[in-house]
Amino acid sequence: MKRFFNWLFPHPAMTLLLAIVWIILQKDLSYGMAVFGLILGIIIPRATAVWWPDRPQGFRIGKVIAYVILVLWDILIANIQVAWIVLTRPNSKLRPAWIIIPLDLREPEAISILAGTITLTPGTVSADMSSSGSCLLVHALDAPDPDAIRDDIKQRYETRLKEIFV
Amino acid sequence: MTWAEIGTYAVAVFLLIGAFFTLVGAIGLFRLSDAMTRIHAPTKVGTMGIGALLLASMTSGFVAGDGSFHELLIMAFLFVTAPISANFLSKVNIHKKSSIEPPTAPNGQTWSTLVEREGDEGPESETV
Repeated sequence: MKRFFNWLFPHPAMTLLLAIVWIILQKDLSYGMAVFGLILGIIIPRATAVWWPDRPQGFRIGKVIAYVILVLWDILIANIQVAWIVLTRPNSKLRPAWIIIPLDLREPEAISILAGTITLTPGTVSADMSSSGSCLLVHALDAPDPDAIRDDIKQRYETRLKEIFV
Repeated sequence: MTWAEIGTYAVAVFLLIGAFFTLVGAIGLFRLSDAMTRIHAPTKVGTMGIGALLLASMTSGFVAGDGSFHELLIMAFLFVTAPISANFLSKVNIHKKSSIEPPTAPNGQTWSTLVEREGDEGPESETV
């Protein structure tokens, strides 16, 4: 029974996500469309499971929600900060810098989430990754102290991501 | 004040916030000095501007009694795709050396966009 469940739902969270996205896409909610969304949510992960062999086996949903709220809040703050810099700071007073962030994370999924978070949050854009995947190259718009930004990213986002992917 | 009036004012406020941040994004793109710093303005301020505009659209829909959550999906897709376009733009900038030079990667590695692969003909012979 458990094997059958694993075969039918190779990725239960993705099944749920696809069903919810399908239901939101509908203008009027009806049971027929909800069932169809669930069918899509079963077929698509099943059909694509072959191409995603090393997917992370589980994550903590409570920590994911806390992380999303933290990142949304940081995005809000980041926007106000960058808007302030754009409107008031002359170019000669900007101190752009490259920052190298050594990674403790190993899962590709976790690293992409970290890179996306870095791009969306205060004054930093993730630019590239080293060839063996052990550090990220990040560009900062205004970095008086690059080391502080590196430590901040490491302990604010990376430790939380490490707790999400068990 | 009825709910419809409060809703109308909320829509107006969201529209103003969205328009302001979109404008700041455009100003940043225009006045920052080199290619890498220019990426910062649209990636952050742009998402916020569009987010507020979508929020206005959603509120307006609910006030008119014809609401839907499509805008939440647009926002989600935007937050997923914006970092990827920023990433591609910065990779192009690294290749074109249009910003200050990035530091070399530690422990004898290279940045993955600069790795020479089989079949590469080197940057000189590239036509695009």
